[in-house]
Amino acid sequence: MKQLQVSAIKDGTVIDHIDSKSTFKVASILNIHEEGKLVLVGMNLSSRRLGKKGIIKIEDKVLTQEEVNKIALIAPNATLNIIKDFEAVEKRPVSLPEELIGVVKCFNPNCISNHERIPTRLKVVKKTPVRLRCHYCERVMEGEDIELL
Amino acid sequence: MVNLKNKDIISIRDFTIEEILYILNMAADMEGHSYPELLKGKVLATLFFEPSTRTRMSFESAMKLLGGEVISFAEPGATSLVKGESLKDAIKIIEGYSDIIVLRHFLEGAPRLAADTISIPVINAGDGTNQHPTQTFLDLYTILRAKGSLEGLSVGFLGDLKYGRTVHSLAYALAHFPCQMFFVSHPSLRMPVDQLEELKERGVKYSEHDSFEEISHRLDVLYCTRIQQERFADPVEYEKVKGTYRLSKGLIEGLKVKPDFKILHPLPRVDEMDESLDETPYAVYFQQAKSGIPVRKALLAAVLGAKEL
Ligand SMILES: [Zn+2]
Repeated sequence: MKQLQVSAIKDGTVIDHIDSKSTFKVASILNIHEEGKLVLVGMNLSSRRLGKKGIIKIEDKVLTQEEVNKIALIAPNATLNIIKDFEAVEKRPVSLPEELIGVVKCFNPNCISNHERIPTRLKVVKKTPVRLRCHYCERVMEGEDIELL
Repeated sequence: MVNLKNKDIISIRDFTIEEILYILNMAADMEGHSYPELLKGKVLATLFFEPSTRTRMSFESAMKLLGGEVISFAEPGATSLVKGESLKDAIKIIEGYSDIIVLRHFLEGAPRLAADTISIPVINAGDGTNQHPTQTFLDLYTILRAKGSLEGLSVGFLGDLKYGRTVHSLAYALAHFPCQMFFVSHPSLRMPVDQLEELKERGVKYSEHDSFEEISHRLDVLYCTRIQQERFADPVEYEKVKGTYRLSKGLIEGLKVKPDFKILHPLPRVDEMDESLDETPYAVYFQQAKSGIPVRKALLAAVLGAKEL
């Protein structure tokens, strides 16, 4: 049996195959430090697919769609495992929806979405590397331009 | 079957090739006939949060020639919007006064938000550096009139390709047909990378050039644009750049251009086109300006559902 590198949790969510460098970024968007739940974080674990990977285990946590969308932006290779009584009952890769609503800020200061109280809307034009087009100003952003709300 | 009733005219990206051709055919019909009662009883509200007298007059004239009424606010400063009312609120109120809204705004995406908010059709008359779709339709109409077809043309773009929204939109539209494109500019004013990538993904053949002379003989059409001084931090740099691309009758006649070569320009011009060009058979930019009326008539009639082809 494969030796566990990070201890198991009873019920909750495991975010696996995070690009190692992005592990803390993923942890920070999930607000786990505020919720007082048991969290196990591993970094620089060896992975056949990624070389080095990160893993985050959160007890009693069900991710919202918005959180999943954010993880997909930061760590596009991540997989989610839903754990019930120490067993993985569901396993799926994260994936970006066709449109991100209220997740990413439009980088164009002259965009209406930065002036009116409306949720931002960004169409996913390309998944790898991620390229987004603003529904309003139609500007395209990728890489460093993509800033989470 | 193309049906544009209630369609918003926000971005050239929203139009299929069939819809584009439908609008151009409708514009040709509008140019050939007058329909003085077609939009009788309909009210157009023009909302210009950024002034553009020509564009506004063109819309108002088109509406009145079709028998419709026009309302507008006197000046942006007079509305409560500037005092902090949201665009969403303002547009909902104006929806109650009119059948169709033409909106120009200094913020990019404002017309899209307006269209998402209300149910009557919204026409974008320019949003910042983003889109000005009715200009694109009249550019396409002018090329169609001058060349007889849009298919497979070799089209040059000259001037400010970086910030020129009319260039980006026209290139996007011509990619449907598909046309080969030549982008001629100073290195600091090249087409944005994402625009070029998109053209490549759509299978368009294009190339970038510093000099107009080296490709002039290959072109069917040249789309020339103004270089705006405010784009340059250094006025010396501006002086250098603007002198590089100055078209004149003498220059064109000295080059081996095709006999039916045509030059378009969205106007106003500054220095990039000498007045000596105006009298040559190459110049179609005044016809282009005149096309604004039939094209806007066609768009108003189509989205108000008053006419079908
Ligand atoms: Zn935007």
